[in-house]
Order: sequence, then C-alpha cells, then structure tokens
Amino acid sequence: MGTSKSILASLTSEKAKWMYRKMVEIREFEEMVHDIFAKGELPGFVHLYAGEEAVAVGVCAHLTDQDSITSTHRGHGHCIAKGCDLDGMMAEIYGKSTGLCKGKGGSMHIADIEKGMLGANGIVGGGFPLAVGAGLTAKVKKTDHVAVCFFGDGANNHGTFHEGINMAAIWNLPVIFVAENNGYGEASTFEYASSCTNIADRAAGYNIPGEIVDGKDLLAVYEAAERAVKRARNGEGPTLIECKTYRDYGHFEGDAQTYKNDKEKVEQRDHNDCIKRFKDYALANNLATKEDLDAIEDSVKKAIEHSVKFGEESPLPDASELTKDVYVSYE
Amino acid sequence: MTKKLTFSKAINEAITLAMNKDNDVILIGEDVAGGAEVDHLQDQEAWGGVMGVTQGIVEKFGRNRVIDTPIAEAGYIGASVTAAATGLRPIAELMFNDFIGSCLDEVMNQGAKLRYMFGGKARVPLTIRTMHGAGYRAAAQHSQSLYALFTHIPGLKVVVPSTPYDAKGLLLSSIFDDDPVIFFEDKTLYTMKGEVDEGFYTIPIGKADIKRKGKDLTIVAIGKQVHTALKAANQLSKKGYEAEIVDPRSLSPLDEDTILDSVAKTGRLIIVDEAYPRCNVATDISAMVVDKGFDYLDAPIKMITAPHSPVPFSPSLEDLYLPNPEKIMAAFAEMIGDNSIASK
Repeated sequence: MGTSKSILASLTSEKAKWMYRKMVEIREFEEMVHDIFAKGELPGFVHLYAGEEAVAVGVCAHLTDQDSITSTHRGHGHCIAKGCDLDGMMAEIYGKSTGLCKGKGGSMHIADIEKGMLGANGIVGGGFPLAVGAGLTAKVKKTDHVAVCFFGDGANNHGTFHEGINMAAIWNLPVIFVAENNGYGEASTFEYASSCTNIADRAAGYNIPGEIVDGKDLLAVYEAAERAVKRARNGEGPTLIECKTYRDYGHFEGDAQTYKNDKEKVEQRDHNDCIKRFKDYALANNLATKEDLDAIEDSVKKAIEHSVKFGEESPLPDASELTKDVYVSYE
Repeated sequence: MTKKLTFSKAINEAITLAMNKDNDVILIGEDVAGGAEVDHLQDQEAWGGVMGVTQGIVEKFGRNRVIDTPIAEAGYIGASVTAAATGLRPIAELMFNDFIGSCLDEVMNQGAKLRYMFGGKARVPLTIRTMHGAGYRAAAQHSQSLYALFTHIPGLKVVVPSTPYDAKGLLLSSIFDDDPVIFFEDKTLYTMKGEVDEGFYTIPIGKADIKRKGKDLTIVAIGKQVHTALKAANQLSKKGYEAEIVDPRSLSPLDEDTILDSVAKTGRLIIVDEAYPRCNVATDISAMVVDKGFDYLDAPIKMITAPHSPVPFSPSLEDLYLPNPEKIMAAFAEMIGDNSIASK
C-alpha cells in the first residue's frame, strides 16, 4: 500500500483514531442520507461522498479551524472532516431552522465559516478562485493559514481550474489543490473528458509540484498532504495533489449509473475500501485495538442516529427568514 | 392529429424532428447522451441529459451529432457560437440557467453581438436550451429564472414556453431561427402532460397566446406561472370575475399588441413573474403598458414576483417564495377594493 515507516513514526495513536472516527462518520452519515433519501424524506438533490473518505480526512487531518477549505456539490465528507457539527449538517439537509445554514442552503451549500468550511458548492469549478481568495488573505495578513480546494475530476476541465492555479502560482499562495479523481464527472469518464492522463500532470504547466496518490490509502493522502501543507505554511507556494479514488454511489441519488460497469463497482466497494484498508493497517501496527475501533463505530452510529432525530424533529424556518440575510446592512 | 405528451417528450420530439430534417443540427452539452466512449454503451446513452430529456437521441443520430462535453460551459457554449456562425445549427444545452455565470461572455459578448459587430455579415443560428425555475428544492444555485438577464441583451431572442404544445412548436422555430435563441425549460414542468400536434409544426417567436379569455382582468404570466394564473382565474370566476390570461411565450421579441389589446378590454393588469422583482420582465411589461396603454388602465398595475432574495432551500421557505393563486387573488382584491375575494 505504499506506506512509509516515517509516517508510522509521526502518526500518533490519537491521530489515527481521530481519522478512523472521521472516516466512519462520513460513511455512516452518507449511508444514512442514502436510506432516508430513498424513503422520500429529503428534499432536493443529494450527492454522496461514500468511498472517498480517505481524501477529505487525510487532508483535513493537517488543518486547524483557521485554515480554509472549499468544497463541491459532493461536500458532506469535507464538512465532516473539517469538523462541522453532524446534527447541524443533517438538519440542514432536512431544510430545518437548526441547520448550519438555517435551512437556506441545503445539501449543496452546507457551510460553516467558523470551522473554515467555505461551503459546498453547486457550481462545478466554483471552488478554485474561492480557495485562492482565502490564500490571498493569508498572504496579505501574513498568517500561516492555508487554504485547500477540494475538486472533482470533472472540474479540472473548467476554466476556473486554470485561472485559479495560475494565480496561486504567480502569487506563491498557501493553497493546496486536492483533486478527487473518482473516474467520472457526472456520467462522463475522466478519460473521455480530459486530455491529460493525470490531473497532476497539469501542475507542470503552472510550475508547481504535482503529485499522484492512491486516494483509497488514507496514509498516502495523509503523507502527501502533510508535505503540501508544510510547504504552504512555509511560504513555498501551492501544490496540486491528485487522489485516485472512486465514488460508491452515483453522481446524485437516483442516478442509475449505467456508465459504470458492475465489475469495478464490486471491486472498489468490496476489495478496495479505504476504511477497511486503514482499519487493517491500524490494527496491524498497534495504532489502535479492535476494542478502540469497535467503540468508535458504536459511538458514531449513535451520533448519526441522533443527527437524524434532530433533523426530523427540528422546526422548519420561520416565514420571516425568507428575506433575512440577503444583506448585512438591511432586511 | 394530436396526442398526449409530456413537456419533456415534446422537447425530445422537437429535437428529433429537427435533426431528421437538417443534418446541420447538432445537440451538444454536458451528458446530453452521457457515457461517451464507455465500452458497454457505444451509441447508447447513459443519461440522455441530467433529467433524461434527450433520451434516445444519440441512438438515432450517433455521437458525431450528439456530443457530450466536458464540464466547461465557457468552452462549449463559446464553441457553439462559432459552430453556428460557420455552418452548423447547434442546439446547446446549458444544464441549469444558473450556470450562465460560467459562460456569460460567450453568450453576451460573442453570440449576441457577432452579427451586429460584423456589419450584418454573420448569422448565429444557435439555440441554447436551459432549465430554470424554483419549486424543485434545488436551492439558490439551481433554481433561478434568469430570462430577464437575456431579454436585456440585444441580439438574443428569449423563449419561455408553458405547455408541451408550445414547447414543441417554439423549439422547432428556435432551432430554425437564424438568430441565437435562449430557450427556457421549467424543470417542474417536464412531467406535465398536454395535447401536442403530430409531426413538424412551428409557433412563431414573438406571438403571445391567450390561454384563457376574460373581460375583467388581464393576467400576463410567464412560463409555469401561466398555470398559477389559470388556477387563480378559476377561483375568480366563482366570484364572478373573468380573468384573461396572456402567455407571452417569447420575451424577446415581446408581443406588445396582444398584451395592450387585452388591457384595453379589461382595464386591469396583473403580471406574474417568478423571477427576482428588480429589473425583471414584469417591470419591463409594466413600463411598456404605462407608456403605451396608460389610458386603458382603471387601476395601478400589480406585479406578483419572488422577493428580492436568493431562492431558499427549505421547502417551507421556497413555497412562500413562489407566486401562488392566493397572492394573485389578494392583488386583485386590492385592485378593485373587494376584500371578500382575497379571503376566498
């Protein structure tokens, strides 16, 4: 699995358990959203992150609340990895007043500025310039904060990818561009839609480091992100990391996924699961005991169940909210 | 001969007829077929568009004429402009009209202006089909109705159909029009069924349709708000007032005469437009009627629109956001000073 000894040395048991917990939170959250959406209990569109947990968690493991991330329409995983409240997220997806965005944003727009989560995004490619802006703030204000732009392979053909990375490079900004290459942009394959073999190859065009990692290997992501975040904090500029991964569900819930083949679906879900792979590693290397991990799983299950109850039982927004928060200065 | 078709199938049929009639017509956009170059799909589609509107078209015409694009709106909308100017007649799908944010230059500064800037020496026979409309719980970036934005720009035609019949006939007119047309499809109308003529027919762009005759009130309603207005009209009828409903069908050009003739008859005007309230089509029509038909009016014009806010996600707020029959009734009650109408 390409895990180096140096990582094992720097990875504490505490961190390993935190990462395991976050991955399981994302998985359980998404499985739950899948189920309740199928029952017709959730309004709107949802796009699930299950299968890609190692990317969000391996990167966010190096970030603080002062660091920013930008996300995508497939944003639940980024929110959880960045520390957003599960109850507030679920209530948001239900469109309730207790949601992180008071029910006004929904699944595609969950955000929590206090946690440095600059929003899931309904616009493919929307995140690149936004991450550059957060990086610009860090540079101008001379903080050591960094910004991470998570994006899918579909977005790497969007003009904003090129404009955003170029600016980050010329201004030497503390931005890490993290490609989640799950093989499909909506219903089109990466190979069809992109002229490059790897997204990371495009880094050369902007004179920044580009690295390819196995996005199903949490520690490979963790290690690459550690280097990139360090470079950014030291004023050495942006990095592009491409994580090769797979989404277990469709582009959106309800997508029949006829563009995938059954063999790859089974292979990825049953034989290349990022959570299972990290669990095996953690146990084999004494980073956690089976009891530790069982306890985490139990605790997460309860937390997710709680979030659903919270979401279901919370009140809908008051009518007065309709035109509130359009402006700061008046309503 | 007529048959019942959904709004979605009516659009599909129009595209199919156009592609049969003229080999220069191509369909281009994000996953309009879907699954390009996937081994087990070949010339079958994965999606036929995100809402399945273009299903079956790639099987009929092949991937040379049904082209999946990367998620790169500036790229393929811009390319469609000059594909049109150099000999094709593209139907480009901008999945949601909200995504115009990613390609406004290509529409506003290129497509709309080529002919004028080139001294009349270019033609841009391009149709951009795009989804609009709130009510789908799709939140602020997938629910807007941005037709006013395009109506503002000279060089573009803007079409907003409200029924399957109109959608088919207007889409065929749009495709074979030699100017760029932005064709709006309300995503909440796709499953609506209605009578549609068999075969090829066109409805002229720039001709309004009177969806209901009446003598007491004119309601000009856009897109799916025609149906909101029809519901209100039925309720008003029970109270003894007959509303005339004018569906402009195209916003640019606008059939001013049909609107003015109706107002001349009824003396009262309510405009229902679910877009944002400032600088929208309702204000535009209102100004036109005040300018050209002031003497016809017995009461101030009322406009029923969204509030000046983004589209909220929460169903409870989105329902408040949209126009509804009650809001129309209340406006009419105020207009004639009869509160018994509003309270039903």
